[in-house]
Amino acid sequence: MDTNPVVPPTPAPALAAPLPAPKPGPSAQKEKPVVMSVRGLRAGYGGGASVLKGVSLDVRERTVTAIIGPSGCGKSTLIRCLNRLHEALPGAYCEGDIHLGGRNVLEIDPVLLRREVGMVFQRPNPFPTMSVFENVASGLVLNGESDRAKIAERVETSLRRAALWDEVKDKLAAPGVGLSGGQQQRLCIARALAVEPHILLMDEPCSALDPIATARIEELLVEIKEQLTVVIVTHNMQQAARVSEYTAFMLMGELVEFGETQQIFTKPVDKRTEDYITGRFG
Amino acid sequence: MNAAAYARRRAINALMLGLTAVCAALSAGVLLAILGYIAWKGASSLSWSFLTNLPKPVGEAGGGIANAIVGSAKVVGLAGLIGIPIGVLAGIYLAEYGKGRRFAFWVRYAADVLNGVPSIVVGLFAYALVVIPFKRFSAVSGSIALSIIMVPIVLRNTEEFLRLVPASIREAALALGVPRWKVVLRVVLPTAGRGIMTGALLALARVAGETAPLVFTAFGNRFWDQGWLNPIATLPLTLYNYAISPYEDWHRQAWAAALVLMLFVLAVNVAARLWLKPAQGSAH
Repeated sequence: MDTNPVVPPTPAPALAAPLPAPKPGPSAQKEKPVVMSVRGLRAGYGGGASVLKGVSLDVRERTVTAIIGPSGCGKSTLIRCLNRLHEALPGAYCEGDIHLGGRNVLEIDPVLLRREVGMVFQRPNPFPTMSVFENVASGLVLNGESDRAKIAERVETSLRRAALWDEVKDKLAAPGVGLSGGQQQRLCIARALAVEPHILLMDEPCSALDPIATARIEELLVEIKEQLTVVIVTHNMQQAARVSEYTAFMLMGELVEFGETQQIFTKPVDKRTEDYITGRFG
Repeated sequence: MNAAAYARRRAINALMLGLTAVCAALSAGVLLAILGYIAWKGASSLSWSFLTNLPKPVGEAGGGIANAIVGSAKVVGLAGLIGIPIGVLAGIYLAEYGKGRRFAFWVRYAADVLNGVPSIVVGLFAYALVVIPFKRFSAVSGSIALSIIMVPIVLRNTEEFLRLVPASIREAALALGVPRWKVVLRVVLPTAGRGIMTGALLALARVAGETAPLVFTAFGNRFWDQGWLNPIATLPLTLYNYAISPYEDWHRQAWAAALVLMLFVLAVNVAARLWLKPAQGSAH
């Protein structure tokens, strides 16, 4: 990853104390319930410097939360902690509290957690040996589902939700890697949706796609969040502004500001947030 | 720029480029020369009866290598049944679970050293390990010797092909809530499958031509195969025995046996490469 040294114009707080929980804003009455809350999350790799230095934020049900920040600020590490994929890397650690439905995510079986918290990656990564159908069915099949009718039904629903069904319904048996890049990414979204997670994590899902494919995925997000919660990491601030209700701005492993997207982009409280969204650095 | 210096540089360039091309042609030419020479010497003695008959006593015309063909198939087949699973499983360990572990480093190192051990030493080892305790040469001891040669080849090949599977594929499967062992078994292995199987085939072809490890294990036999626990004929052994014999007729048969062996190894190689091609396209 490229890590441009980012020098904040104002000195950062001397100690990265965990932020207090976000205060309920004036619109607190309409705010949806918190589904996942992160407190004092620290993460990194053994030996190396820590990547996350105490991050706290709340993710609200059926909303899109965008995480923005310059390269190397830890935003990918943050969402990879939320489904504990970060810890799958050799030497990686992750500590703090991540609460999901009354349980501490860091203490439950990661395999079961990942069926509730799905993920879509930066580059489309369909399984090369599997057809379109098998790719979408893989989460179910590999986890032991054998009811063919149920699988077929779930594959169709998931492909429809990923807005891909009409394009692939006649080539379900074709290899998944034969689709275009944008279709492959929607295939990966369908694959993640087929497991029926409550939360979908997306790690810069459009960074390898052209603007048209990107627009399709953004449209899709609006539909998806009717049924589940999305946390999306993005390099693209316009994208964050377009798709999300909440935005978190991160810088060098710290969460600088977190709030409603409108507020972050129009009335940022922190000088560093303002500098970043106005393009003065990053 | 100085025109003379430029001309000189061009001349040197042409000379060195020509030299590398000649050496490249020479390397490929060796294979063609061997194939051509063996075909020329062996084709005249090659016939259906040569492939289907037992050896005849010295002086009698005719006779074939049917027992050696069957013997090679049995000895090499059993060697594959022993060596391929061990090599593949060890390769899976190294690529999927051994990252950064000292144990994995030493296993990899040992495999590389074992790969370089002269095959006759492996034969001696199998002789000491199997032949002496059982007090007999046998097909099984030959298979064990060959499987020892196969393991490091299959292991390293399996590891390399598993490493070619991008980490993003493993992460995609893990992110679906699939346990790690199942990710390896159902997603990573099939993705690398053709490469691994091709490597196993090439290892089989490689040991099919080994003679030294069989000299004091399988030993050789001029009769039909008499079971796993008795000495058995194989193509390389028969070839060797015929080639060092003083009889003109056996020399001719040695050339024909060499041709058969060569064609078999060549066929497996070509088949393996043709088979691998489509997989390499889709793995990336």
